[in-house]
Amino acid sequence: MENWSLVSICVLFGLTARWAVSLNSYSGAGKPPMFGDYEAQRHWQEVTYNLPVHEWYFNTTDNNLNYWGLDYPPLTAYHSLLCAHLINPDWVELHASRGHESYGHKLFMRATVLVADLLIYIPAVVLYSFYLSEGSNKKKVFLCILLYPGLILIDYGHFQYNSISLGLALWGVVVLGLGWDVLGSLAFVLSLNYKQMELYHSLPFFCYLLGKCFKQGLAGRGLFLLVKIAVTVLVTFALCWLPFLSDPGQILQVVHRLFPVGRGLFEDKVANTWCSLNVLIKIKTILSTDTQLYFSLTTTLLAILPSSIKLLMKPTLWQFKLALVNSSLAFFLFSFQVHEKSILLPALPVCLLLNDLPLPAIWFLQASTFSMLPLFLKDGLLVPYVVTSLAFLFFSIYLLSAFEHCSEDKLRLGPYRRLLICIVRRYGYLSNCINKDHFYFSITAMAGLSFMSVALAPPDQLPDLFPLLVSVFSYLHFLGLLLYFNIVQIAEPLQSVRKNQKKSN
Amino acid sequence: SVMATPRADDWSWFPALALGVSFLKCILINAYHSTDFEVHRNWLAITHSLPVSKWYHENTSEWTLDYPPLFAWFEYSLSHVAQHFDKEMLVVQNLIYTSPATILFQRLSVIVTDIVFIYAVKECCRSVREEKGSKDLLGHPFFILAALLLWNFGLLIVDHIHFQYNGFLFGILLLSVARHLQGRHLEGALLFTVLLNLKHIYLYIAPAYGIFLLRSYCFTKDNTDGSVRWSSFSPVRLVALGSIVISVGALSFGPFIAMPAVLSIWCRPRGARGFLRCLVVCALGSFMFGWHVHEKAILMAILPFSILAVESREDAGIFLMLTTTGHYSLFPLLFTAAELPIKVLLMLLFTLYSFTSLKKLFRGSLLNPLETTYLLGLVAVEILCEVVYPLSPWQHTLPFVPLLVTSVYCSLGVSYSFIRLYVSLLRQHGTDKHKQL
Repeated sequence: MENWSLVSICVLFGLTARWAVSLNSYSGAGKPPMFGDYEAQRHWQEVTYNLPVHEWYFNTTDNNLNYWGLDYPPLTAYHSLLCAHLINPDWVELHASRGHESYGHKLFMRATVLVADLLIYIPAVVLYSFYLSEGSNKKKVFLCILLYPGLILIDYGHFQYNSISLGLALWGVVVLGLGWDVLGSLAFVLSLNYKQMELYHSLPFFCYLLGKCFKQGLAGRGLFLLVKIAVTVLVTFALCWLPFLSDPGQILQVVHRLFPVGRGLFEDKVANTWCSLNVLIKIKTILSTDTQLYFSLTTTLLAILPSSIKLLMKPTLWQFKLALVNSSLAFFLFSFQVHEKSILLPALPVCLLLNDLPLPAIWFLQASTFSMLPLFLKDGLLVPYVVTSLAFLFFSIYLLSAFEHCSEDKLRLGPYRRLLICIVRRYGYLSNCINKDHFYFSITAMAGLSFMSVALAPPDQLPDLFPLLVSVFSYLHFLGLLLYFNIVQIAEPLQSVRKNQKKSN
Repeated sequence: SVMATPRADDWSWFPALALGVSFLKCILINAYHSTDFEVHRNWLAITHSLPVSKWYHENTSEWTLDYPPLFAWFEYSLSHVAQHFDKEMLVVQNLIYTSPATILFQRLSVIVTDIVFIYAVKECCRSVREEKGSKDLLGHPFFILAALLLWNFGLLIVDHIHFQYNGFLFGILLLSVARHLQGRHLEGALLFTVLLNLKHIYLYIAPAYGIFLLRSYCFTKDNTDGSVRWSSFSPVRLVALGSIVISVGALSFGPFIAMPAVLSIWCRPRGARGFLRCLVVCALGSFMFGWHVHEKAILMAILPFSILAVESREDAGIFLMLTTTGHYSLFPLLFTAAELPIKVLLMLLFTLYSFTSLKKLFRGSLLNPLETTYLLGLVAVEILCEVVYPLSPWQHTLPFVPLLVTSVYCSLGVSYSFIRLYVSLLRQHGTDKHKQL
């Protein structure tokens, strides 16, 4: 069958799955007084529609920042404004529409997510799968990326617009991969101005582009490229922040809303180092907030340093993809005030690795979905969680033949393979950690924990037992995979002369 | 680029197709369901809570038991599993009881009993004539048939959104057809009798079964020109058949218009495929002219016809016409706004697949320009009925106009397909006569 018809069929199937998930409940449904993310988005439409621009980020009588105050950059605000103009004004009436929930309103909100997805994220995935992924698996990779459960459940279930920011970032990757550096940086800056969490991806973009400039020689074309990119970035920032540029107080307030450093090392249960460490040592109480901040900053920087330096020295697409994974995962594990939904930031570049490293990628993607289980249970999304996870696991393992690609050679550990074998042999473990049996064991454990979270009541002394088990279990997976992906990135030799020449770019 | 060409015995794609559509069905668990949901919950309650003698007398709910006894026993056995989900659903007085556990159980029961349908599709695929020459997997007739049957749009929205047990029933029908295609006639007859006792609507195609079995099974040999050799009549076979399908001949009240078609399989049986063609004509004829026909009955013609569609060019053309029109006629079943994207997306998915795969299989266009224009007109009808008309001033005074337009427009396509199918059947009968002369 022709490409276009198969692609259309995959897209139609992906859209059907997405809309079917959106028939379920959303965050904070029927839970006054605060409700949830759904109400937050509706409230932002109300605020941007009714109030003038200079009041959006300030605490005024009309705009109570304690009730879902705007804490995303201006592009989110403009998007909310656009949506507010398209609908029934009753739904965004100032103050009176708080907590509004109705059948028609839910349909509208869900439709805005679908439209954004269709216009931004899905075309980017199409372009990536067909122009930048290698081998004969293009359509299969496309379908698998479309079926990633984490993004579907958060955007169409919990309710958010991650497909816009992640989609724009993906556009950035695709366009850079095709060689148009200026446009790629433009796309990424737009993504950054939609959600500030995209800063997790910013260092790889920076190092990749800087590395390219170095390669072209800083005394000539490289410098010219650097200037072009710098100008593009600055101009795009200026355009996005245009209404706020008139008053420095405005800019400061927005920045203050975007980076709430007063809120502490972590909130709730999240599968990163600090929350997991807190189980053994109560670091939140032992260390002061400033010490926590410096500690977190230092560990994050140390974690991202090797990957960034390697990318700077070898700015190829393959290195870029790996650096995106490593950088965002390191930020997730060690940074300040991380939310469990931020796992979507490393998940996107891991999706791009599905073709090259199927088994580790599938493992990570499944673990990332699993790590958000407590959130899904709170939102009443158990059935979609189970169905989409099983469907994703089945399709990706079957279509990408994941188990045939877990030999040591295919895992691309390079020279570190020998080192690892020596180390683990001393401790008597199997030399290959990433294999079928371990994978099955892990998935079974995830299924078991999911079942227990639903069916069993936690003991009275430990009311948070199951969310904690889920996040610690996920954390161990993330840590192990961070180590693995770092090894893969560092192990690649600097010169592109390789036996199969596949990754020369 | 193509999937790797599998070996002839590599059927690993089949579970993938089946599992994929099952996942899709699972994700539709929380979609809209119709009053048929309450109908079946009521029947679960009746068969579980009351003694057998009261099953057909109970009328607390308006949805009294109106399927044959075997279906009642089916609901009875389901009720034993249901009690582990939510005991309250089995209380007859709990009218319109829709707890999450009830919804989960009922939806899962449809999805799980579809295993009969999946098995039947596999058997049908094995009976499909294969063309020589290696093709990539996606171009093989049996792959296309499996996809057209497993992912059939009508079955998905009627069973897994609207709510019914057609997958299970059509599975038995298709299995019966497959057995006849494989020459295992007694099993086919047994399965059809079982089916009749599960849902009496299948009486409409009983004439096809009755005459075919009488002609092809009870008369063991034909003359050289294919006509009946009366001396080869086998009483043993007749008794065997009769003891299984005693109700077939006596109870059929199929439309008289089916008679010439039925006659043709008496005079020139043309094997099991002729029987299948006649079955489809009977089903479609009863849809056209029968008493109190539901729009879902179009599936009785569409599903068996899929087998013929992957084997002959002309049939594929008629199939595309019938299927697209027939499936579109099911749209009014899902009238809620939330389900509109689902029915549109699934319809596009199935229609796009059926057109591109059959076009590729038979290498070339299967429809003439007039037919294509008619089908494109369906898009205009949809936009008119779902978007334009609700915003017009007549929506309140004449609310049934969209339904009227849909029915009338689709009836053109369905009638046209019926006529073409009938003509093709009689033409085959005619060419045989011609060969004789």
